[in-house]
Amino acid sequence: MIVRISGEGQFRLPDEDAGRLNELDNRAVSAVEQGDETGFQELWTQMLEIVSTDGNQIGDDELVESDVILPPRDITLEEARGEFTGDGLIPD
Amino acid sequence: MPGLAGRMSTVVKAKISRMLDKTEDPGETLDYGYQKQTELLQNVKKGIADVVTSKKRLQMQSSKLEQQVVKLDTQARQALSQGREDLARTALERKNLAQTELQSLDQQVKELESQQEQLIANEQRLRQKIEQFRTKKEVIKAQYSAAEAQVRIGEAANGVGEEMADLGLAMQRAEDKTETMRARASAVEELEQAGAFDDITQLGSGQDDIDRQLSELTSGAQVDDELSKMKAELGSGGGDAPALEQGEEKA
Repeated sequence: MIVRISGEGQFRLPDEDAGRLNELDNRAVSAVEQGDETGFQELWTQMLEIVSTDGNQIGDDELVESDVILPPRDITLEEARGEFTGDGLIPD
Repeated sequence: MPGLAGRMSTVVKAKISRMLDKTEDPGETLDYGYQKQTELLQNVKKGIADVVTSKKRLQMQSSKLEQQVVKLDTQARQALSQGREDLARTALERKNLAQTELQSLDQQVKELESQQEQLIANEQRLRQKIEQFRTKKEVIKAQYSAAEAQVRIGEAANGVGEEMADLGLAMQRAEDKTETMRARASAVEELEQAGAFDDITQLGSGQDDIDRQLSELTSGAQVDDELSKMKAELGSGGGDAPALEQGEEKA
């Protein structure tokens, strides 16, 4: 599967990682909901570690869509609580 | 994934479809959307320039504060050796505040620096992907039937679209951050203009109010601590007390 870390590019990971990532992601969401900063950062670090350990960065010559897009590495609990909305550069 | 990744993907995919699905052939949109691409890359350049400007402003404030910290420390020592504990305390309170501001400024300069690096890397990646797309499109057209080629070009276009959408989000984040930094820089400037970091040779009428506010802002315990350390140092050092150094004229 293809995973993007927002702001860092895409990585190719074995499909087996999907389950682990999904589980951590769900737990991270509960941590966010409970305002548990430490718990959130811990889970988030684990998710990033899976990508950096198992993933191979995809070259600039490959044009593929990601299966999963993760937020930026330095996301804060406050940002995670938000909706990631907004238009940025891309006009509607 | 319904979690963070899910929400992030939804935002990015919505952006891609807004960008590419307006025409039947997303590949065509990208191929002929030179203007859009140029605009995007121009905006990134402007965004990077904004980050650099904010960073420079914070760096300037930071080096000014560094000088004030040194000066106030010297003045506290001098005041103490002249038996003016009240003045020494005032100087230390100001030094304390300046140091706290300094730490937070330095942290923010670091954050802006990494943001700047990331935007530059993202911009380069997008440029390469756009080039790659143009080349690949021709190869696909030559190798596949029209229908199959359209599908493959569409996939490649979505790949590039994702890169663009992601860069858009990174830009927005950088803008939010520089906005916060600008507010921060203005707050420090206000403190500066109110005389909070002035050295004690510039104490004049109306300073009582600032000093009252300052002692509320800075930790009394920390000042006491530093004061007694300074006393101990001066006690063991001895020697004639120099006169208070004149502060630099304010611009």
